[in-house]
Amino acid sequence: MSDLSYKAIMERKNEIMKNALGIDYEVYEYGKIAFDYERMMKENSYPMEKIQEIQRETKVGNTPLFELENITNLVRKYAPKGKGARIFIKDEAANASGSFKARRAAISVYEAQKRGYKGVIAATSGNYGAAVASQAAMRGLKCIVVQEVYDSRKVGQPEILEKARKCEAYGAEVVQLTVGPELFYMFLRLLEETGFFNASLYTPFGIGGVETLGYEIANQVYEREGKYPDAVVVTNAGGGNLTGTARGLLKAGAKDTKVIGASVDLSGLHMASDKDFNRKSFTTGHTGFGVPFTTMPDRSDVPRNAARVLRYMDRYVTITQGDVFYVTELLAQLEGLERGPAGNTSLAAAIALAAEMDQDEIIVVQETEYTGAGKHPMPQLTFAKSNGIEIRRGDSKENIPGKNIVIPNRIDQIYLQDLDMMKLRTDYVRNITVRKDI
Amino acid sequence: MNKARKNDWVEIENIVLTPDERAPQVPDDTKATPLMMWIKGFLMDDEASIGDEVSVKTLSGRIVKGKLVEINPRHVHDFGNPVHELLEIGMELKEN
Repeated sequence: MSDLSYKAIMERKNEIMKNALGIDYEVYEYGKIAFDYERMMKENSYPMEKIQEIQRETKVGNTPLFELENITNLVRKYAPKGKGARIFIKDEAANASGSFKARRAAISVYEAQKRGYKGVIAATSGNYGAAVASQAAMRGLKCIVVQEVYDSRKVGQPEILEKARKCEAYGAEVVQLTVGPELFYMFLRLLEETGFFNASLYTPFGIGGVETLGYEIANQVYEREGKYPDAVVVTNAGGGNLTGTARGLLKAGAKDTKVIGASVDLSGLHMASDKDFNRKSFTTGHTGFGVPFTTMPDRSDVPRNAARVLRYMDRYVTITQGDVFYVTELLAQLEGLERGPAGNTSLAAAIALAAEMDQDEIIVVQETEYTGAGKHPMPQLTFAKSNGIEIRRGDSKENIPGKNIVIPNRIDQIYLQDLDMMKLRTDYVRNITVRKDI
Repeated sequence: MNKARKNDWVEIENIVLTPDERAPQVPDDTKATPLMMWIKGFLMDDEASIGDEVSVKTLSGRIVKGKLVEINPRHVHDFGNPVHELLEIGMELKEN
């Protein structure tokens, strides 16, 4: 029997990865730090029409685009005169499995089937697990989802518990772990044991799958309004959502559309800490993933991450946990759409961004996600309270991650914090030089 | 119910890494605890009690050994308690 210790598995990482993906990343490397990104994308993904065809086969894509007139009107009430862009939302909850992640999973699982793998494995505590499980169910493949879900007391976030239930509903095996980066170790162990395909979020086909989202947004807005959107807001965590959407916008010809990343501010909380783990109310879409993945994308479960937001992002803003819960209520009570909170991160940012933009401009919120038990403001705030987090109304500026969740009193109390793009770029370069020992 | 029978849906527990086997980059509070794993499946043993070492067949068809911790594990997440801070938002919006 082979050595299953942490050290031994990590030493076999490259070999396991190669067998579980069938992509040789080394051919794209050149010079001391460079690699040919566009060539990697071209040789390991598909043209737009083919991606659309694959997604059509498994109930993904062509989701509705709605205008949020009531929210726009509310924004205009508080915005400076002449300000308050029209806000549209792409209802990605309409995809099979209930989120945009189905776009990524569709291409990965197609690829796994085409290459003759018997099953797929993904390491994720988020919507992606359900997406892979749903796609695998349609293509007759086995599926294992590895989750980081519990703290050392076996207490788990309701949102992640719900994802586990959903994966099982699609027939997937769910492997549940306590907090820690060794999630990746367990993922490798399972790939080695089963010989299944690595349905990573960060392969070129995973990112290629999201391109249809940007492509649809550009075309839907153009058909309705005779122009491309002025801005698209994307929730940013691992970077795939933003990278794929931006590439899709460009492929549709929307070259002047600004691509804005948005994350929930969780600064000060350590993502791998047993104690901090349940002091946050967001399991994704937050700065704990967004910032490190922006400045060091190659930290993921593939040798070269195809999600590289600094190539595409014009601006990166943060908002608070309280803001997102507030706008989730707005979406339900003003627009009649009950959707999951995490997907509304970009909506919170869009509301504040719209107030800076002119009334004839168009800003698109590019996703929604399904909601249900556990994945809903009430259970998430109930859970936060039970973990000693103070919940109250107030000014958004009073939010302190891990201590309280302050739900704004009014729509004009959602404030954008801009991250310094030049600093992010500098950190990116510094991280490469450290990693490559230059 | 403390006894599980063959083919019952159960949950098993395993210690994957003890505190001293954990990855070097793990923060101290996490490093003080083992990496634990829970998996569900159909019981393969004829009969077992909570705490017994058993084998299960998972939904992907793998056979995994571990300590039996739950029989018919229930999904316990729900819609939480009413949250006053959210309930009042709808009223405010209508008055607006």
